[in-house]
Amino acid sequence: MRHLSRSLVGFAALLVVAACGGKNAPEQPAPQATPTNTTDDAAARRARQDSIDAAARARADADARARADAEARARSDAAGGRAALLEAITSKIHFDYDKADIRSDDNGALDRKAAILAKNSGLRLKIAGNADERGSDEYNLALGNRRGAAAKRYLTSKGVDAARLEVVSYGEEKPVNPGHDEGAYQDNRRDDFEITAGGDNLVQP
Amino acid sequence: MTLSRSLLLAAAILAPLASVVAQDSTKGIDQGVRVGITYSPGVRPGLVVIPGAGLDSARALVQRDLDFSDRFEMMVLPPTTGLPSDAFRPGLAPPPLNYPLYRTLGASYGVELAAGPGGTLVRVHDVTAGTVRKEATVPLPDPADPSFRLAVHRLSDEIVRWISGTPGIAASRLALVIDRRVWRIDSDGGDLAPVTGTTEEALSPAWSPDGRKIAFTLFSGGRGSIVVLDLGSNARATVPSTNQFLNLTPMFSPDGHTLAFARSSEEGTDIYTADVSQMCCVQRLTVGRYADNLNPTYAPDGRRLAFVSTRTGLPQIYAMAADGTDQEVLAPSDFGVTGSSNAPEWSPDGARVVFHREVDRSPQLFLLDVAGSRVRQLTSAGRNEDPTWAPDGRHLAFVSDRSGRRQLWVIDVESGRIRQLNTPGNARLPAWSRRLAGSSLTN
Repeated sequence: MRHLSRSLVGFAALLVVAACGGKNAPEQPAPQATPTNTTDDAAARRARQDSIDAAARARADADARARADAEARARSDAAGGRAALLEAITSKIHFDYDKADIRSDDNGALDRKAAILAKNSGLRLKIAGNADERGSDEYNLALGNRRGAAAKRYLTSKGVDAARLEVVSYGEEKPVNPGHDEGAYQDNRRDDFEITAGGDNLVQP
Repeated sequence: MTLSRSLLLAAAILAPLASVVAQDSTKGIDQGVRVGITYSPGVRPGLVVIPGAGLDSARALVQRDLDFSDRFEMMVLPPTTGLPSDAFRPGLAPPPLNYPLYRTLGASYGVELAAGPGGTLVRVHDVTAGTVRKEATVPLPDPADPSFRLAVHRLSDEIVRWISGTPGIAASRLALVIDRRVWRIDSDGGDLAPVTGTTEEALSPAWSPDGRKIAFTLFSGGRGSIVVLDLGSNARATVPSTNQFLNLTPMFSPDGHTLAFARSSEEGTDIYTADVSQMCCVQRLTVGRYADNLNPTYAPDGRRLAFVSTRTGLPQIYAMAADGTDQEVLAPSDFGVTGSSNAPEWSPDGARVVFHREVDRSPQLFLLDVAGSRVRQLTSAGRNEDPTWAPDGRHLAFVSDRSGRRQLWVIDVESGRIRQLNTPGNARLPAWSRRLAGSSLTN
């Protein structure tokens, strides 16, 4: 828009210059002053060209605006896609009481994580194993460790480099559900997945 | 029993018309005061703490410590009302004890505390023989001094030793975890004080045998190092190699030079030892191969360790030599039938290992007789776990939710008597120290 108004101003100034025979505004840029007998024709041609140029610039501006809008739309689509990627990476998996075996209905979730890890080579995860509050407090730290290690073994068996996965354990120290019933216990017997690096520009697998 | 005895005494002294309900009352009482209690004390001698002027805090602490030793039938005398006049005479020199009276009350021993010029005068009377069995003058700090409680506890332990030959356990402390912070508490439940700070998380405390250090897991971000804290200087040392992974369940060897602990890594959980006198020389004792090994506890001769292993599926109690060889089952279990077993601790006399085992999904305390490989269940109500031995080898502290929240309780294995250690919040992971040494009290 600004370009257009400036061009209009310049165009108007040129008209004034052309009309006044170049007497005022000695700081006008080229075109230089020409002999008066050919000025009117040349000025008219220049004016016409300038207006064509201005219109071209206006069109270019509109095109640029349209492109920018399209890109913004594409980015917001990607943002929705990014949310889905983050959800797939950080979704929790759960375990049976006193067990560290990966449940078969968690295979799909782990396969999705493996696929995202394969597509995003800079992505690194921390896998935190947890236990419900029953059982020995200290044993639950070892049990949580086993649960984290089990998820890591599954992912490395799908080709993920072991160096990109770190295993820690919180035992029963970090429940997501503070209740004391079976529902709470189920929620707490879990692995958490946290991105530790490479999560900025995730690409869909 | 103590309450009913005091009621009986009160009844006998104050209500001469009532017939005394006792084991062996055959006649009604028509007149005067008749004290006719026939009581079979079993194996515990009757003990009375003689009331006296002043020294109220010391006397109350001694009374409770002697009660908590569970070695005596404690006789609680009613307050001054109706007492025979020679038991309490403020401002006057104490008269010779009325041995016949105390004999009929069923006491075998009397403990007397009195303020003297050189300190506190302590007298243990042999009531049966009618003599003073032991007398000493003990300097006690002022009751407002922070060292007062432990000094009185040491006195109580000496009194127990004079009478029974074995010192008491009053001068000992428990380390425990409340809200992922390590605290320590006197064995009688008093003087709770923090050991670790508010901005850090700590688990699994363990005492050094000399009582000067506590080792614990410093827990952060799902990993944990093992720190040895000197209680006197507050200096901390991190056990070498524990800066990585999750290191847990530290336990000192009986000579204090070695620390056994477990390490959880992607390979699993295995037991290591470190020389903590020189802070070096870490060795691995177990190779798990997808089985977990943790919770080491030394036998008192330092030559064997009991520990937990999941090598057959559920965690059970195993033993091995101190160098990791000769690994074998310690507490027998039936595969598929016996519940998970955890948290073993070897007794001070080496004869037993206490642990908890799940029965119907609730942990209960179990005692293993090491020589005979026999296992005996100690508790059945609520969830009972993480037992630790008192230095006398007959009391255990453990965590129970029988009162509604996780609390520390103390049980006497011989008499079955249970008492609660009141702490704020949920208390867990207790560790009982040895008797805490101090300067010699008496000669």
